[in-house]
Amino acid sequence: MHRYVLGRLLGAIPTLFLIVTISFFLIRIAPGGPFDLERPLEAKVMENLNKIYHLDEPLWNQYLLYLQSVARLDFGPSFYFRDFSINELFAQSLPISIQLGLSALCLALVVGGCLGVIAALRQNKTTDYSVMAAATLGVTIPNFVVAPILTLILGVWLGWLPVGGWNGGAFVNRVLPVVTLALPQIAVVARLTRGSMIEALRSNHVRTARAYGLTSYMIVVVHALRGAILPVVSYLGPAAAALLTGSVVIETIFGIPGIGRYFVQGALNRDYTLVMGTVVVVACFVIMFNLIVDLLYALLDPRVRYD
Amino acid sequence: MAQDSNKTVLSIKDLKVDFETATGTINAVRGVDIHVGAGETVAIVGESGSGKSQTMMAAMGLLASNGRTEGEVIYEGRNILGLPIGKLNKVRGAKITMIFQEPMTSLDPLYTIGRQLAEPMVVHGGLSWKAAKAKALELLKLVNIPEPERKIKAYPYEMSGGQRQRVMIAMALANDPDVLIADEPTTALDVTTQAQILDLLADLQKRLGMAVIFITHDLGIVRRIADRVYVMKTGEVVESGETGQIFTRPEHPYTKMLLDAEPTGHKLPVPESAPILLEAQKVEVEFELDSGFFKPKHILRAVDNISFSLRKGQTLGIVGESGSGKSTLGRAVLNLLPAGGRVVFQGQQISGKDRGAMRALRKDMQLIFQDPFGSLSPRMTVGQIISEGLLVHEPSLSAKDRDKRACQALEEVSMDPVMRNRYPHEFSGGQRQRIAIARTMVLKPELVVLDEPTSALDRTIQKQVVELLRDLQKAHDLTYLFISHDLAVVRALSDTVMVMQRGKVVEAGTADAIFEAPKDAYTKELIGAAMLTQQQMMESA
Repeated sequence: MHRYVLGRLLGAIPTLFLIVTISFFLIRIAPGGPFDLERPLEAKVMENLNKIYHLDEPLWNQYLLYLQSVARLDFGPSFYFRDFSINELFAQSLPISIQLGLSALCLALVVGGCLGVIAALRQNKTTDYSVMAAATLGVTIPNFVVAPILTLILGVWLGWLPVGGWNGGAFVNRVLPVVTLALPQIAVVARLTRGSMIEALRSNHVRTARAYGLTSYMIVVVHALRGAILPVVSYLGPAAAALLTGSVVIETIFGIPGIGRYFVQGALNRDYTLVMGTVVVVACFVIMFNLIVDLLYALLDPRVRYD
Repeated sequence: MAQDSNKTVLSIKDLKVDFETATGTINAVRGVDIHVGAGETVAIVGESGSGKSQTMMAAMGLLASNGRTEGEVIYEGRNILGLPIGKLNKVRGAKITMIFQEPMTSLDPLYTIGRQLAEPMVVHGGLSWKAAKAKALELLKLVNIPEPERKIKAYPYEMSGGQRQRVMIAMALANDPDVLIADEPTTALDVTTQAQILDLLADLQKRLGMAVIFITHDLGIVRRIADRVYVMKTGEVVESGETGQIFTRPEHPYTKMLLDAEPTGHKLPVPESAPILLEAQKVEVEFELDSGFFKPKHILRAVDNISFSLRKGQTLGIVGESGSGKSTLGRAVLNLLPAGGRVVFQGQQISGKDRGAMRALRKDMQLIFQDPFGSLSPRMTVGQIISEGLLVHEPSLSAKDRDKRACQALEEVSMDPVMRNRYPHEFSGGQRQRIAIARTMVLKPELVVLDEPTSALDRTIQKQVVELLRDLQKAHDLTYLFISHDLAVVRALSDTVMVMQRGKVVEAGTADAIFEAPKDAYTKELIGAAMLTQQQMMESA
């Protein structure tokens, strides 16, 4: 088990190396640079800036320099937010995004899972159809529509919740962004759970459980749900990585200082180090969550064991 | 087999089961009366679709959600049909228990055997988990599971089908039931395992005295264990009575047909002068298991040093239980998987030839599979399926000629050529197997490897397919390699028989020699397990 985890983590190093390399050169191919403004800087200033940030050196050298600093977990200075290093920017924003994403993930799992199970138990009845209709809406309506509507109703008209801002992570400030972030995930989880639950409820071993007069809780939760949750778990890996590394739309609408907006800002401003930093962070999250999913799988299903 | 049947413990009265489907209502069970006395064994016999399983499923409240029931199921003077779940659960799993056909899937793969055995005892007996686990261990010993202390912590996937079925039996006995319903409990098992499970059930019944309702399509089993028999056909009981009476003086034509469905007859031997068509020398197949970066290689010898020769027109029967390597041998002989040794077909060495070189020979060596449902493409018409091989092997034929050949092939397997424009799902298992045979025959092959072609079919259909295969062999001078675990079918079709166990041939010889005077202990066990019933039938007749 330990050996398996260690092997997976070591295996992540070449993956990360490839990702860093490809994205490093890709962003350099994009036209323009971090200091190209609408009104061009003076040649002398430009030259100085390039010197400070090593942009005057051959690309190959810049790449090696970047690899060295990344190996020391130093993502370098930001080209755009000039008073900050990338590490400082992430130290402020990443925890906020993680909190937000984790809350949304838990909400999606609990609410989506429950709805899915209920729909499966009432298959082809009104409850089932309503849940599935709601789920379809949840998937199809984009969050930049949901967010303003929720803000309008709960924040402006009813005045129950603040319309934006993080406010140091106060509960009332979290509600709207978390709900908005979770809604499409709730919908997907509900659909997935319903599908695999219906299959599980028809399986032979659940028939055995029914034939032996076990309680409904034992049949539904102990015997059907544990197997039915497996596809949901594998979906949640990539979904969690996406949720935890922030959402541009949600952060912008609710004015939350998370990491999501750095993707966009970094790319638009050709802030090379910022883009690279976010890429590495996202890659790490994806790798980590895939590992967690595989371990969770082994925990739930004894047929999958990593010895 | 206690005869104390005067006290009825469970009686089913005028039970009807309907299923609402998109295409209308299906009357699966149409007014069935069945009763079983204390300590009595009752068999319900019928072919697939006769409603025998649904009758008991309905009685236990286990129908699919589109099923409707009518009638009465009386247990202890009370109708349990349609009881609310809470009240029904006081009876099912405690006083009336079930064993199912599918030992591989009837246990939850995610929990240990011990936990699953304990559940019904905790729910019904009010035992603590600890006490229930302790009793589970006793039960595992009762059903003769080897190493019960270890197996109680094992997961279902770590056990064989026979062992899992023993676990199901243990679960059924956990709460001291009055009635045990066994729904085809041995159908999915090998013949020797089947005999062991039947012995175990008979022994436990004698010791514990519960009533047993045994649902089966296998008359051999009925003859062996049942006191009384109900014969079911299309949702109705067409005949019932004492077992001896049903077997010696059947009245209903359907019962007579079932009894007559044992494959019989012998194959006429081919003359000594017939040329040798296929010769296999020291064929070997090895599989590498679990090979990974950190794991040592583990090699399984699926086929171990097997040689035989087949003359034109002969049939070689290969007999063995699952995992014996008989199917692998069939594939190795056709050069469908890499194998050691030498195979000579029509004087040409074929082992080691690549796919391209083999293609020209494939026309003369064909394969028919066990599963008539999985082996025909659901998206092609029967005519397309049958004539597809001609596209490859006789590309000069026009579409019209191909169609004509498909019609002839269908006629040869006694099917109406009009059916060639239909799709496989419109046909029954037996008809599909005929289509698979027609697909083979259209190419006019020399050698046909038949891999359990009758195992998935009902006994009466099986008999027809066996007769068809024999007629085709006679008409076209075909050579068969017939792979089966079913000894009766092998005997009816083969000149020579090879018995395989764990990749090796344990005994080989003419069909008569093997079946009448087996020498090897394993062969004797196989024949004993399978033929016991037939001998009993002959003795009683």
